[in-house]
Amino acid sequence: MINATARTYPIEPMEEAFPSRGRVGVFCLIATEATLFSIFVVAYLFYIGKSLIGPYPAQVLEVPILSTICLLASSATIMLAERALRQGYGVLFKGWWFLTILLGVAFLRATAVEWYRLIFTHHLTIGTNLFGTTFYSLVGFHAMHVTVGLILLTLVLILSLCGYVTQTQSERVAALSLYWHFVDVVWIVVFLVVYIIGR
Amino acid sequence: MFALSRSDVCIMNRPIHLTNIFDPASTPAQAIVELSWLVLWICAGIFVIVVGLLTYILIRFRRRRADTDEPPQVYGSNQIELAWTVIPMLTVVVLFLVTTRTIKAVQDAVPSPDTVHVTIVGHQWWWEIRYPALGIVTANELHVPVSHQAQPRPTFLKLQSVDVAHSFWVPRLAGKTDLIPNRDNSMWIEPREPGLYLGQCAEYCGTQHANMLLRIIVHARDDFERWVAAQQQPPVNNPAMQAGRDLFQATACVNCHTVRETNANGTFGPDLSHLMSRATLGAGVVDNTPHNLRAWIRNPQHLKPGNLMPDMQLTPQELEHIVAYLVTLQ
Amino acid sequence: MAFADAPLAQPHVDASRLPLLVQLHYWVVTVDHKRLGIMYICTGLLFFAVAGLEASIMRWQLAFPHHEAVSPEVFNRLFTMHGTTMVFLFGMPIILGMANYLVPLMIGARDLAFPRLNAFGFWLSLFGGMLLYFSYLGGEGLSGAGTAPDVGWFAYAPLTGRAFSRGHSTDYWILSLLVSGIGSVATSINIVTTVLCMRCRGMTLARLPLFVWMMLVVAVMILFAMPPLTAAQVMLLLDRYLGTRFFDTQAGGSALLWQHFFWIFGHPEVYILMVPGFAAVSEIIPVFSRKPIFGYAAMVGATVSIGFISMGVWAHHMFSVGMSVTANSFFAASTMLISVPTGIKIFNWLATMYGGKLRFATPMLFCVGFLFQFLCAGLTGIMLAAVPFNWQLTDSYFVVAHFHYVLIGGLLFTIFAAIYYWFPKATGRMLSETLGRWHFWLLVIGFNLTFGPQHILGILGMPRRIYTYAPGRGWELWNLLSSIGVVFQGLAVLFFVWNVIRALRQGPPAGDDPWDAWTLEWTTTSPPPEYNFETLPEVQSRRPLWDLKHPNDPDGRHE
Repeated sequence: MINATARTYPIEPMEEAFPSRGRVGVFCLIATEATLFSIFVVAYLFYIGKSLIGPYPAQVLEVPILSTICLLASSATIMLAERALRQGYGVLFKGWWFLTILLGVAFLRATAVEWYRLIFTHHLTIGTNLFGTTFYSLVGFHAMHVTVGLILLTLVLILSLCGYVTQTQSERVAALSLYWHFVDVVWIVVFLVVYIIGR
Repeated sequence: MFALSRSDVCIMNRPIHLTNIFDPASTPAQAIVELSWLVLWICAGIFVIVVGLLTYILIRFRRRRADTDEPPQVYGSNQIELAWTVIPMLTVVVLFLVTTRTIKAVQDAVPSPDTVHVTIVGHQWWWEIRYPALGIVTANELHVPVSHQAQPRPTFLKLQSVDVAHSFWVPRLAGKTDLIPNRDNSMWIEPREPGLYLGQCAEYCGTQHANMLLRIIVHARDDFERWVAAQQQPPVNNPAMQAGRDLFQATACVNCHTVRETNANGTFGPDLSHLMSRATLGAGVVDNTPHNLRAWIRNPQHLKPGNLMPDMQLTPQELEHIVAYLVTLQ
Repeated sequence: MAFADAPLAQPHVDASRLPLLVQLHYWVVTVDHKRLGIMYICTGLLFFAVAGLEASIMRWQLAFPHHEAVSPEVFNRLFTMHGTTMVFLFGMPIILGMANYLVPLMIGARDLAFPRLNAFGFWLSLFGGMLLYFSYLGGEGLSGAGTAPDVGWFAYAPLTGRAFSRGHSTDYWILSLLVSGIGSVATSINIVTTVLCMRCRGMTLARLPLFVWMMLVVAVMILFAMPPLTAAQVMLLLDRYLGTRFFDTQAGGSALLWQHFFWIFGHPEVYILMVPGFAAVSEIIPVFSRKPIFGYAAMVGATVSIGFISMGVWAHHMFSVGMSVTANSFFAASTMLISVPTGIKIFNWLATMYGGKLRFATPMLFCVGFLFQFLCAGLTGIMLAAVPFNWQLTDSYFVVAHFHYVLIGGLLFTIFAAIYYWFPKATGRMLSETLGRWHFWLLVIGFNLTFGPQHILGILGMPRRIYTYAPGRGWELWNLLSSIGVVFQGLAVLFFVWNVIRALRQGPPAGDDPWDAWTLEWTTTSPPPEYNFETLPEVQSRRPLWDLKHPNDPDGRHE
């Protein structure tokens, strides 16, 4: 056993000087997910103009302005919710949080409507051609992440309605809202690639 | 019969064809060997230095039995570390420049007007070989003319595939290039000596990847013209083989195989117009003899399990007729 | 380095006296990084044995020309399963297990940042592996078309498409790797968070043990390298089940796209496998040379550069696909460039040994073997970076020899070095030096006998992944030699297994610090208690124990 020298004050861990674990963990998750999305984006860009048969993007795509505004607004509302919680305003937090969920649902609904139109009116399915393949996989993958995000947000809403989400939990809520911001940024990229560049 | 080259050795009267990449017989392969000597010398030098140093260290700095003191603790040295960063970087730069020069020499080669153009189409597990300008379609054997310094006559290959990825590798003639579906690749060879050069598929392509063999026959000038003329002839139509020929045309054979000037125009399997002019069957799996041909047709799976030719379910008599017919397709 | 006053009174529970079911249950529900680390390593070693058996059968088949020991279908499954198992079910679990066990101990923490996530990651890895092997039972889709995947470990399209891979064998390949890949990413998030957020007092990033630095780089690499594989596999799954066209060449899809995506994962992956080996060696060589690592900052810098550059060399696996002169030159340059930081590390290790007092205990023997063999691997790598030379050597046995020199001569030797070095810490028992020497020398002989001749086979034109070859190509002798080497390697592994079993039952007690080492894991008991340290340590240099043992010449002054 090694000889120890006596100390007269308690040892504190260095942890206060470090970023929170939740934040670092979510950043790592965002890094890995961002890489995942970039591969689908690369596939989309690579296959622009290479479909052997139609329908082609310019023929069938309509720029989803409204749903984009909804999703971007939801980033703003989630920031407001986060701030409210940090300052201790529980009711305000629940309100903004609920609004975020509503805006997210509105976005998903718009995607569903668009897909319905593409499939049944224009007969574009995921297996029709390269455009269909890359479009549905990229947009669908993003929509999947929005869905997962909404499930988590709803979970937090339920927990807060039961009284479990208080000011001390704000760091954890911040980690979740980081994920939500990520989902938004990905949408900006997808929007640019699919509806602006690719059309 | 072809003259045996330096790489062909006879052991117990059976020729051994060595496909040694360091025994090039064609311009691109030669260029590669010249680059590789430089690379090997550099690597040898590094090897000698590092292994020498390691050996010296292992012997000189072995801890003596009774010695329990700690040696002087050295944490690093900026000069030494700089030196062994800069010197390797310079070596890398030199290596890179030489490499790029050879890449260009091989990839940017331009076909001369005299060039023979061949299209190679990869199939699971055989090679379709087409000479578009000469109107020849054959399989598994590539016949090319020899090329002399004075009168260069390279062969440029266009590489395509109908199914999965394959790779064309004849080590003594060139580096390998892949055959990728929905993509045209190209490479060239310029053989300097007549002879037989072996190769095979070098990209895993399924069950019988191992038996997708290549034979490149390099002919002297006139020999090549003779071969071309023979291949351009219509297939032999021996009236005595009428029974076999009729049977062949009436059976499913024609769905996959082509025999020119008959109703057999399938392209899934090799062109059989001059079947007997080739040395092997099944892309090199067995020698092309009537006996083996019979065995192949009777049960293709036995000679090359997993290959895509089905059992034709012929009766022994039908088999005899068809074999007799095919054997006439010189 | 300082401790608080009286040690905590430990309740004395003899764990081995508990009923077997209770002990097993404890292992199943544990979130303790040490137990998970051991489970990862044991899982890895088990799959190593299975994959080794697969390789042995292959070498038996190839020992003679036109040998008919196994059918082509079986052989093709063997090399696919061997490669997939070795990389994903042996390599990844072993390195994640090493990181799991050692990182918290080395930084003075009590566990990883997310212990439950850690357990989740382990079980996903294990289940992924089991799913892959279940394919032997459940893979039959269309009758006669199935069982284990046979598409090669890098599964090139369109061979993996519905048209050419019927049945479910390829689906098992995809799904099992998707599952275990998620496990790897989860553990990597854990490692990064732990290193950044849970270091003990005084341990700045500049005082991290090199092992921890390198594991940090590896974890970050996994975060960026796994997604391309995951994405490509999802695309392949969509192709096979929803009729998408990602790799469907008939619909205009590109077979090359798969290759790019796969190798954007695949190349960093081989560095992910190798760098933990460097990490272990960077701890072991200094201790057995009795000197600190030469050039700590350069080692960190070299590792980080390797991490970055490795993401930009991937197409050197594709030099024969017909890329442009520009692309081929670019990747030649980046590949040659990455040899520089790798070479620097070899020089730093040599310089650490130079002027030291070398003790050739078994861990050090394996490190010396590693140095020699990894040098050979690096040199053949430089040969492969010279693009035109690559056109001859790629997809041949030369490349097979190259990467086995990296992964066996390099990685496996360092793993054995690590096991011999840290086994006393984890179990409290010493492994036998005599058996260790037998293990080492048999492995050196067997490994070099198997893979040395394969360089020659590549030069003589033998492509890889062929289940048989004709006589008369000049390949017989080298194949036979290569196959004989397997016997020695098998014996070596048996000696290792015997050594471990013997040590567990009757090995001499190790004590806290059997090697007279300097990092924090050697300050606690062997094995460490569940909470690792009685009180969290505080450090003032890179070698806290050196400071304690040499109070008149602490490291901090020289760093």
